[in-house]
Amino acid sequence: MAAEHVSLLPVLLIFLPLIGALLSFVFRRRAAGLGIATAVAVFVIAIALAFSLTRPQRYPVGGWGAPLGIDLVVDGLSLIMLLMSATVGLGVSLYAGGYFHARPQLARAFWPLWLGLWTALNGLFLAADIFNLYVTLELLGLSAVALAALGGSAAALGGAMRYLLVSLLGSLLYLLGVALLYHAFGSVDIALLGERASAQPVTLAALVLMTVGLILKTALFPFHFWLPPAHASASSPVSALLSALVVKASFYILLRLWLEIFEPLNPGRGVTELLGLLGALAVLWGSLQALRQTRLKLLIAYSTVAQLGYLFLGFPLAAAVGPAAWQAVIYLALSHALAKAALFMAAGNIVLFGGHDRIADLDRVVQRLPLSLAAFAIAGISLMGLPPSGGFIGKWLLLEAAIEAGQWWWVVIILIGGMLAAAYLFKVIGFAFTRAPVSHEANAVPPVMEWTALVLAVGTVLLGLWVSPLLAWLATGNPFGVGP
Amino acid sequence: MSVAVLYAVTGLGLFSLGLYALIVRAHLLRKILALNIMGSGVFLVLTALARRAPDGPPDPVPHAMVITGIVVAVAATALALVLLRRVVETTGQPRLPDPDSE
Repeated sequence: MAAEHVSLLPVLLIFLPLIGALLSFVFRRRAAGLGIATAVAVFVIAIALAFSLTRPQRYPVGGWGAPLGIDLVVDGLSLIMLLMSATVGLGVSLYAGGYFHARPQLARAFWPLWLGLWTALNGLFLAADIFNLYVTLELLGLSAVALAALGGSAAALGGAMRYLLVSLLGSLLYLLGVALLYHAFGSVDIALLGERASAQPVTLAALVLMTVGLILKTALFPFHFWLPPAHASASSPVSALLSALVVKASFYILLRLWLEIFEPLNPGRGVTELLGLLGALAVLWGSLQALRQTRLKLLIAYSTVAQLGYLFLGFPLAAAVGPAAWQAVIYLALSHALAKAALFMAAGNIVLFGGHDRIADLDRVVQRLPLSLAAFAIAGISLMGLPPSGGFIGKWLLLEAAIEAGQWWWVVIILIGGMLAAAYLFKVIGFAFTRAPVSHEANAVPPVMEWTALVLAVGTVLLGLWVSPLLAWLATGNPFGVGP
Repeated sequence: MSVAVLYAVTGLGLFSLGLYALIVRAHLLRKILALNIMGSGVFLVLTALARRAPDGPPDPVPHAMVITGIVVAVAATALALVLLRRVVETTGQPRLPDPDSE
């Protein structure tokens, strides 16, 4: 009985936000209440799933089963991703309750779109076949674009339009790869493809098409150009969602395909080294651009470009030392999600308070919004990779992998990236302590918005203290294959 | 060269044409049309590759994928067109703003 009960939880993770989205669309006046209630329920179910999952689960939706039906699969990697979106999702929902309280027009559009996005996100992390991944990826992209355009300013609309074009291009490249794989091996199920796939030109073509499509969506350097305008010009709760969760989804697909289909075929060192090199360039370029920014939200968006770069260092390092590198990468992704959500929330509070996000004119924010600035600083600790924080653990594991692989150049990149992160974050904190030449009228910030930012920031510290249970959950079903 | 391969190659040709136009053309409506042509190219490849044996019945699974894909493409195009109208209303130009000009 217990096993059957467990297997229903993944289905609830998709259907609850879907029902919440529909209800909040129909009952617009109660949208915020419905949305927050849905968020709490999804969070509780994700935690219940974490504590009940002892081995990978496969749930055939409607009882059809593969190859005809749609299966949902949950293993350690999916579980960590689901927990990440549940935690950030609950935080952003509470924050959005405060943020959109004064903007009822926007709230009516926000809640159905956000819960729709959450449905797509959970569906994506649970998908067992590459076509289902395509559908959820498109749903995710479309709801993310609509959310990015929500602010309605010229910058937000332009950023959203560029985001939409890039997102659709990425999906089409991915879909062409799906077509080739299905033609060659007669299945879309990831596990079956892993058994049947062999190294031949069509597999290589699919690998290239899908990888390019997905790194375009993950905004890996040099395809990062669309991210800063879209993430920085969106409303603050939306910026937090886009930077913390949405870019991780396409990385998850890439990782999943790589682990189960392409890596066993040994496509050669060229692919992994190239991805690692682009990741390293992203760390350097994103950090330097962040340092140059004069607007707070753009600075945080460029920091996302840099932090996404670290994830791609996993490809060359995992080729050398095996699953330990992926553990590090997932830990970094998890800490970045919490830290970046907290940073964008704190930035949102500062924008709401002072009416602008010019870094040089942050007028003694530390005295006026102490909680938000504390959240900013604590989340910053994780981004810089200082202990005790999830970012520190992730970078430590990554450094260990690089040293074990004897590839010292990645060590240099990781250390420089950390120092540059410290430089651009201290630049903001410095201006927050000083008196600005122009002072301006201040708007009240609802306490819930300050506290959610702080709680998520403290979450990054907890990640640094709570390592072994998380790594044990991640190892459920051994998603990264057998270690050396 | 069978008819199926001819269709598949045509599909790839449409995909490449669309990709070229998406990158080169500045007008947003042309970019949206280019994406639609790329989508049609992918659908053509999927449909063509469904005929596995020259005389046997075609595989229905890729056809089901194409139908799903068309639904997604219609939704995406609708969203793109609405965004395009809003961009024109706010900036007066059917082009992407230069991100460095802000």
